[in-house]
Amino acid sequence: MIKPEYRGIASIEGSLLVIEGANASYNELVKIRLDDGREVIGQVIEVSEKYSVVEIFGPSLGFGRENIGVVFTGDTFKFSVGKDMIGRVFNGKGEPIDVDLPIKEEERLDINGLPINPYARDLPNDFIETGISAIDGLNTLVMGQKLPLFSGSGLPHNEIVAQIIRQASIPGKEADFLIIFAGIGITYDTYLYFMKEFNKTNASSKLISFVNFASDPSIERIVTPRLALTTAEYFAYKEDMHVLVILDDMTNYGEALRELSSAREEVPGRRGYPGYMYTDLASLFERAGKIKNKKGDITQLNVVTLPGDDITHPIPDLTGYITEGQILLSRELFNKGIYPPITPIGSLSRLMNNGIGNGKTRADHRQVADQLYSAYSLSLNARMLSSIIGKDSLSDIEKLYLDFGEQFEKKFINQGRDERRDIEKTLDIGWELLSLLPESELTRVKQEFIDKYYKVKKS
Amino acid sequence: MGLVYRVSGPLIEAKEMQGSKLYDVVKISDYNLIGEIIKIRGDHALIQVYEDTSGIKPGDKIINTGFPLSVELGPGLVGSIFDGLERPLDKIYSNSGIFISRGITLNSLDRSKKWKFIPTIKDKKVSEGAIIGYVEETSLLKHYILVPKGLSGNIEVNEGTYKLDEPIGYIDKKEIFLYQIRPVRVAAPFAKKYEPKELLTTGQRVIDTFFPIAKGGTAAIPGPFGSGKTVTLHQIAKFADANVIVYVGCGERGNEMTEVLTEFPELVDPLTNKPLMERTILIANTSNMPIAARESSVYVGVTIGEYFRDMGYSVALMADSTSRWAEALREMSSRLEEMPGEEGYPAYLASRIAEFYERSGDILALSGKKGSLSIIGAVSPPGGDISEPVSQSTLNIVKVFWALDAQLANTRHFPAINWLKSYSLYFENLEDYYSTIAKDFIENRNIALNLLQMEDDIKSIAQIVGTESLPEEEKLILEIGKIIREGFLRQNAFDPIDSYTNINRQYYMLKIIIHLYEKSKEALLHAKTKDIMSLQIVKDVMRMKDLSNDEFEKNKEILIKRIDDEISKLGVLS
Repeated sequence: MIKPEYRGIASIEGSLLVIEGANASYNELVKIRLDDGREVIGQVIEVSEKYSVVEIFGPSLGFGRENIGVVFTGDTFKFSVGKDMIGRVFNGKGEPIDVDLPIKEEERLDINGLPINPYARDLPNDFIETGISAIDGLNTLVMGQKLPLFSGSGLPHNEIVAQIIRQASIPGKEADFLIIFAGIGITYDTYLYFMKEFNKTNASSKLISFVNFASDPSIERIVTPRLALTTAEYFAYKEDMHVLVILDDMTNYGEALRELSSAREEVPGRRGYPGYMYTDLASLFERAGKIKNKKGDITQLNVVTLPGDDITHPIPDLTGYITEGQILLSRELFNKGIYPPITPIGSLSRLMNNGIGNGKTRADHRQVADQLYSAYSLSLNARMLSSIIGKDSLSDIEKLYLDFGEQFEKKFINQGRDERRDIEKTLDIGWELLSLLPESELTRVKQEFIDKYYKVKKS
Repeated sequence: MGLVYRVSGPLIEAKEMQGSKLYDVVKISDYNLIGEIIKIRGDHALIQVYEDTSGIKPGDKIINTGFPLSVELGPGLVGSIFDGLERPLDKIYSNSGIFISRGITLNSLDRSKKWKFIPTIKDKKVSEGAIIGYVEETSLLKHYILVPKGLSGNIEVNEGTYKLDEPIGYIDKKEIFLYQIRPVRVAAPFAKKYEPKELLTTGQRVIDTFFPIAKGGTAAIPGPFGSGKTVTLHQIAKFADANVIVYVGCGERGNEMTEVLTEFPELVDPLTNKPLMERTILIANTSNMPIAARESSVYVGVTIGEYFRDMGYSVALMADSTSRWAEALREMSSRLEEMPGEEGYPAYLASRIAEFYERSGDILALSGKKGSLSIIGAVSPPGGDISEPVSQSTLNIVKVFWALDAQLANTRHFPAINWLKSYSLYFENLEDYYSTIAKDFIENRNIALNLLQMEDDIKSIAQIVGTESLPEEEKLILEIGKIIREGFLRQNAFDPIDSYTNINRQYYMLKIIIHLYEKSKEALLHAKTKDIMSLQIVKDVMRMKDLSNDEFEKNKEILIKRIDDEISKLGVLS
């Protein structure tokens, strides 16, 4: 059905168009046609009897009151998905950019999705082995979890993400992941890096990419993650696949949201970000999960670059309140040459307990992790103390902790970029390090595990 | 009937709305979206909509139901999970699949299920709130049937098995049913309010022994993300000695509700050995569900809480997180273009929060039974900084403050409740209660708190001079402080034994530690702290929390005796 074109544009401000007299509905998708043949899409963000406000998803360069016409589609923003998307690359608006071959549509889905009924959720409890000790040992990732990587500018978060993608597996099941990568405001270099890494391991045959480059209109960044997650839901719940979604970088998404909010002249919340940013971010992150009676699931591993390394900045702060923990990178460890510079202090996996223990990893896992945490934080206290009063004035036990801390960073956290440690190996290294301390310090481990593992490997 | 005039997110402006009253519930368009009138301007009404408004356009019809937002209260509540408007999420799942679509109209309570009703009323004449009889709802709970609001007169009821929509009898010829309807924004009436004097035991040592909440009291637990708000609330929901638990997940993670739904049916109440789900009601408005229903979810929760309180039960309500509710208020306020107060929150934020917590209390119900409603709210301050408006307005009204500490959480000390910053204003009210457990309960608790304070002071000195150069008495306090922290305050929620400690055992554990301190202090005359601390008994005191309750009972006197023996031997040897 051909819809009439409206030409009564009242005003244009940045990315907002105000149209008079159109009978639009809220959140309706519109097509804006320029006389020079260009077509840009937009969405209705407010309607009243007298006017409609349309947000333009794309460059508004050259827009005038007389040279554009607006078509109201009568539908919300929908995206066509299909099985042959696997292996393809799309731009931030969902158009293929690799080869000129359309996708065979199997379903057409609203990109905003619908909230998952909490009653329909199943508790995520399958351990994902990433082969990285700092993650597997201390903050285990499970299938269906949403766990962001909190990084800083210049820190190797992309390398870590790439390593996880190369190495991740579910012990025993060896199921294949479908990886959906959404680049949000990333540079071309970063894109090339990921493509190179994915090709290394033949991962590209199970990869779908959506790329919004730094040079693309920032408003598109609002759409890109939604396309990725809509695609993920299709593959997880219709095609029974384990989908790993990577949204990189959510900080760029937050910035775009602020830009949009300011264009809409909304009352700003903390540091100029809109008051609804929590809800908006949640509408993305909560699309991860595991569903009762469904074989597929969606795991999210998102990159958040902390502006100025500040974890209390609104974007990481609100993210942390929604996601199920976070992996925190430390500049200090990075400067010491530790890779991956994942600091346990401040990192957390909330779903860890569901994915570890007897039958999944090892019975002592929880307690070893707790003990390593406690010991490492005491070692940091000792380190601080020694910088004030000097190493010689430390008590014997403090000196032991000081040594433990150094060894822990060098042997446990530090590992090669292509080194894959299984969980047994990771826990054994943990015990080797705990054996540096006297038995009486191991208050967080039960006696049976001390009897079994303490000083066993140290010969 | 009115018409849509303007749509802006969850706010709809309607025209031709003559006769509307504030807080009337309306149904919008053919989608049947539920909304609530929050402002009236001439014949225009402003409506907050509880569901996604995509596709709504000017000219769509609006029907005013003429009633305020209300909930159904009756048998079938317990063990269920509802959304922020009391719609049953389990039924929504079986009717429409994994996603929540819009405009679902389902009865909150199951109409097809039959309940056996036993009348207990002796009088011929009854008044509002009186108990007519009961239904055995779960093995843990007798669901009393109360005379609904506004009814009184001659009653006639019959024993029998009824569905919810079958009348069980009459009051002055008006039909009465097993369920009743109450508006959510109005506090339910009661006869009298008392000062809370009984401990709500939670089995969490740092709470029960140090910063207790009384039955009918209020508490807040503010903290940055990852500091363990939700785990602490889950622990209280599991182990609090209340008859009914109402857990409101307000704008939080979907998986947290799933955790409750998966875990609770398998866990047994330590007091009654019955599945915990048989006394639990869940209200879930997760962070991706419509924002306006977040606001209603806390009111729905507290109304259900009051209903069970009126039956003479002790009810504990947990709201996680009240910050999300406040943010929902802020978003609506901003769309209404109201003058913003601090950090964009509306000026009425503080009064809304106060009204909510004031619905708690230890009361005499209209039925003549004593009941209580305790309210515990999590607060999620941005960046963990509690100088923000939601935390401050909450702390102004609640009596217990559990200060969560990111630093403790980072070192995996859970519950990460900071013992130097937290407080409970109920402690004095509860003195009689504690004395019934043991005469020296309060004294031991105070000694322990004092030791922890001294430990903190000494630690800051040690940072300058080093621990080695401290006097022996101070070294001892550092060691004892560590034992209190590691052996008592820290409690592993995921360990089957450690997860719950009854109050008598809490008392004894602390008594043993204080005894160790006093004996060690005496021994310092002829021994060094280091030697005392390397005694086997010290390790065993540190690990006494691993003992099962039976083992602990057997060993508690032995531990005290061994402290005396081993320390006195130390004196002889040196």
